[in-house]
Amino acid sequence: MAKNAVITHPESLKRPAGPSEYAKDPVNASLSKADKIALYTKMARVRHFEQRCIRTYQQGKIGGFLHLYVGQEAVAAGTISLLGKFDHIITGYRDHAHGLLVGMSMKECMAELTGKVTGCSKGKGGSMHYFAPDKNYWGGHGIVGGQAPLGTGLAYAVKYRGQKGSCLTYMGDGAINQGAVHEAYNLAALWDLPIIFVIENNGYSMGTSQERSTAHPGCLAKRAEGYNMAWDVVNGHDVYEVRAKTAIALKRAHEESKPTILEIFTYRYFGHSMSDPDKTYRDKEEVKGYRETKDPVFLFEKELLNEGVLTKELVESINAAAMEEADAAAVFADESPEPTLADITKHIYWEEDNRGPKTTSSGTIIFE
Amino acid sequence: MAVISYREALRAAMREELKRDENVVIMGEEVAQFNGAYKVTEGLLKEFGPKRIVDTPISEAGFIGLGIGASMLGIRPVMELMFWSFSYVAFDQVVNNAGNIRYMSGGLINCPIVIRGPANGGTNVGATHSHTPEAILASHPGIKVVCPATPYDAKGLMKAAIRDNDPVYVMENTILYNDKAEVPDEDYIVPIGVADIKREGTDLTIVAHGRAVITSLKAAEILEKEHGVSVEVVDLRSIRPLDEETILASVRKTHRALLVEENKPFCGVDAQIAYLIQSRAFDELDAPIGRVSSIDAPQIYSKKLEDLQLPYPARVVAAALKVLA
Amino acid sequence: MAEIIDMPKLSDTMSVGTVVKWNIKEGQTVAFGDILAEIETDKATMELSCTVPGTILKIYAAAGSQLPVGEPICAIGKKGEAAPEPQKAAAPKAAVPAIPEATGIPCIPEAPASANTPIATQSDGSRTKASPYARRMAEKAALNVAALSGTGPGGRVVGRDVTAAANAPTAAPVGPVNVAVTPPADGKGIQPDADSPVSGMRATIARRLIESKNTVPHFYLEVEVDAAPLLALRETLNKRLAEAGGEAGLKLSVNDFILKASAEALRRVPAVNASWAGTSIRQHSAVHLAFGVALEDGLVTPVIRDAHSKSLRDIAVDAKGLIAKARSKKLSPAEMSGSTFTVTNLGMYGVTGFYGIINTPNAAILSVGATIKKAVVDANDRIVIGQRMAIGLSGDHRVVDGANGAQFLQALKQVLEEPTLILI
Repeated sequence: MAKNAVITHPESLKRPAGPSEYAKDPVNASLSKADKIALYTKMARVRHFEQRCIRTYQQGKIGGFLHLYVGQEAVAAGTISLLGKFDHIITGYRDHAHGLLVGMSMKECMAELTGKVTGCSKGKGGSMHYFAPDKNYWGGHGIVGGQAPLGTGLAYAVKYRGQKGSCLTYMGDGAINQGAVHEAYNLAALWDLPIIFVIENNGYSMGTSQERSTAHPGCLAKRAEGYNMAWDVVNGHDVYEVRAKTAIALKRAHEESKPTILEIFTYRYFGHSMSDPDKTYRDKEEVKGYRETKDPVFLFEKELLNEGVLTKELVESINAAAMEEADAAAVFADESPEPTLADITKHIYWEEDNRGPKTTSSGTIIFE
Repeated sequence: MAVISYREALRAAMREELKRDENVVIMGEEVAQFNGAYKVTEGLLKEFGPKRIVDTPISEAGFIGLGIGASMLGIRPVMELMFWSFSYVAFDQVVNNAGNIRYMSGGLINCPIVIRGPANGGTNVGATHSHTPEAILASHPGIKVVCPATPYDAKGLMKAAIRDNDPVYVMENTILYNDKAEVPDEDYIVPIGVADIKREGTDLTIVAHGRAVITSLKAAEILEKEHGVSVEVVDLRSIRPLDEETILASVRKTHRALLVEENKPFCGVDAQIAYLIQSRAFDELDAPIGRVSSIDAPQIYSKKLEDLQLPYPARVVAAALKVLA
Repeated sequence: MAEIIDMPKLSDTMSVGTVVKWNIKEGQTVAFGDILAEIETDKATMELSCTVPGTILKIYAAAGSQLPVGEPICAIGKKGEAAPEPQKAAAPKAAVPAIPEATGIPCIPEAPASANTPIATQSDGSRTKASPYARRMAEKAALNVAALSGTGPGGRVVGRDVTAAANAPTAAPVGPVNVAVTPPADGKGIQPDADSPVSGMRATIARRLIESKNTVPHFYLEVEVDAAPLLALRETLNKRLAEAGGEAGLKLSVNDFILKASAEALRRVPAVNASWAGTSIRQHSAVHLAFGVALEDGLVTPVIRDAHSKSLRDIAVDAKGLIAKARSKKLSPAEMSGSTFTVTNLGMYGVTGFYGIINTPNAAILSVGATIKKAVVDANDRIVIGQRMAIGLSGDHRVVDGANGAQFLQALKQVLEEPTLILI
């Protein structure tokens, strides 16, 4: 049963990669040359930042876990490129790309990885816990699926305020078997929340393939039907397609206040995290095949070269600049100070950090 | 000043805050149409409508998480758990998300949520519905926990909790819901983190919270009448933040302390209080600190035994006399 | 510029790695993502992919070598560039900052300076059980908790015991007492009225004796001893000692004999060598003999340790040393504490008999009067000139009864009247 399941792939994925079938989609056709270059540049920046992280990790400067996004760039880049003032995002622990794409700097992102006080969370969150609420980015959450109910809450708040907005709630394919995700699905559909659940399906929940983790693995998005929710499958190697299908879901959220599940097929080139030797559950040929035929950055590069938007020189200079920016971020992180011992007990309670006439509580709240 | 019940006091607090701040939303299982499983939210739907008073499905991880997410954007949800025991299916949300979000974001995100509901044994409902998780939850920095024992405190603490910018968990008690007392009609809050001396005395300090305060007051009465002992009863009201100074001042006065709580003994709230007293008032102690908790077993169903499992006045009196020896 | 590639950290728990195999050679060109080597970590054998494109200039760590994370393994740079000299990693590149050691960061508060309060001990050296509050109160009231009777569980001294002791009628330091008296009618007194401050020693004497007299139920016994044999023996021994000349002028006093005889009598009637401990009575295994030494401004009671096992000469030497120290005020607190029995002697002043106040926590005190000549009826009913010494015993009735006390005095009388026994 499970092993023989027919996977509901997006149509475009069934054919060899060629020019995007969604280039002419209104949401893409309306992009200016500069918009397209900017989108490509963002994807290149994500890739070079992540690749620079590998070196920083190997140098022993990043503690704990490091989950890389290399290979998945089109998913975050495509979806986030469509967001407006009242659109919010929240994701799991593979969260660097989303941060960079909402406008966080490489410097604050790299410094967070090395636990420096200049990091986006002042060295208190780490790789899995990036936040930028001023840019509508609500994290960066370490527990698989734990962010799904929070995403419904953000969408609820948007709706409560009568804003034309939404919350894009990202998760991996491993998250969809978590109870909290299903509770979130139910609430989103029950209360008509303006939310898009984005399943970034890279094929493996850590080292476990969908066939081994998921009953009825054929289509994760289709579970939406059990909640009377709209759904779609998306080729996540094609940023144009990601944009086109996200735009439909976003319209549904903005205009009808209805939720959608988007299952975006994608692939990660590196292990689940840096400590994954990446040889027990997939073979090298599989990785190689994706790199060579479906790489979202190269495919978009090719697309834009064909459109005459990019030139070889421009590609080189964009990538060189991204690499340089990543190197500069690493130097910045190196040179940044560690948080002080006194910082450990800050940012626990608003009241404690803002003692003044407005605060009403007293007593001991941080204990020895 | 009207004489109202603990239940009505909680409701009055929510009604006043709903009127004061349009960001306040009441959410939970059966809070709206059903008028509340314990009738705490009775009538609120009629008064404020379904946008403000929201029935949720039985889906604690989902709706508590939703409330936390909404609070990050400035909504002030007051989430009812039919029992705090049900928080256990939402533990990741209650602890990991609400408790850590401000810290992990380096202070960028606040979580002004209130989660409330009864957290008590003694109602003959068996172990799964009788948990008292105040110590478990208060052990997490980032979370505030309050346990009102009287109608006055219930209203004042609930209002303070709703106005607070951090997650505040209000642990009520179904056995106290019908207790009546005078509660001011005008707006007031009971600041979080301020203990209250419910009875003054000179020979022994009893520190308690929640319904254990009521039990301790009864015990104090007996101790005075039958043993000529003057007992001071300190009601913590708030577990975290904790009013350490009031506890210490009382111990410095009486030199003897008995700690009473309805938790199980291991790592209960009183373990922390006992540590506090010995570390900061060691030289004031004239006897080892005494303690009365629930008997250390899952909450028993049998009503007769459950009444014995929880602290009751005679047990408190016996423990007090031991501390007074 | 050439970049040195270090032994990489390839897992969250890796600290050393082994180069299993190199996939490249020196001089080879490498691109991002090329597999440079296989590295064995604590978890698995993992591939080291290239993060710096260029030419392999040098391989520092041969296949098979095991290195800590952060040690150089190869260098990558431009073709033809010289390979940099590898530098030993200056410090372990820990992802976690080192825990500061003695940097003044207040992680662990320093232990507070000792309050220098002596621990209250019983005379037998065991710790007095007292609540922290009682100890603090006692310290404030300058009371010795070890001397108090505990009424708490297990004899613990608790607050109320200290309050009781401090409020005992005569002990209460309730401010200056009105002691004014009418001046002499002729205006000429023996000395002018004068107030002198109470010295520390006087205050201690006052407090301890008030405590004893108020809390210990004293009873009194007296016996008259024939001192003639004792005086005769003393004379003989001192004569011989003087002739021997060796002992740096050691001369035995009457008191030395009494101390030795007391130790012997306590050995025979050990019930008197005891202390009241609230809920128990402790019999002491050793005799530690205190004896009173009058000073110009007071009185001290140094202690001869283990008097039960000391010879007359040892006791005499100890006593002499302690008296000298007492007079020069050099006695240590240890030399004045821990007694089990006390001997006082006012014989040298011609006092014929008296009863001392018990030196708590002793169960009794011996009061020795002067030896006086008086008419006695001898064994043959003849009136003869006797040399008689009156000896009083004050006993703590909680610990000893009249009969025990009498047995003790009987034993003492026997030893003193046949003093050669104490030479054995």
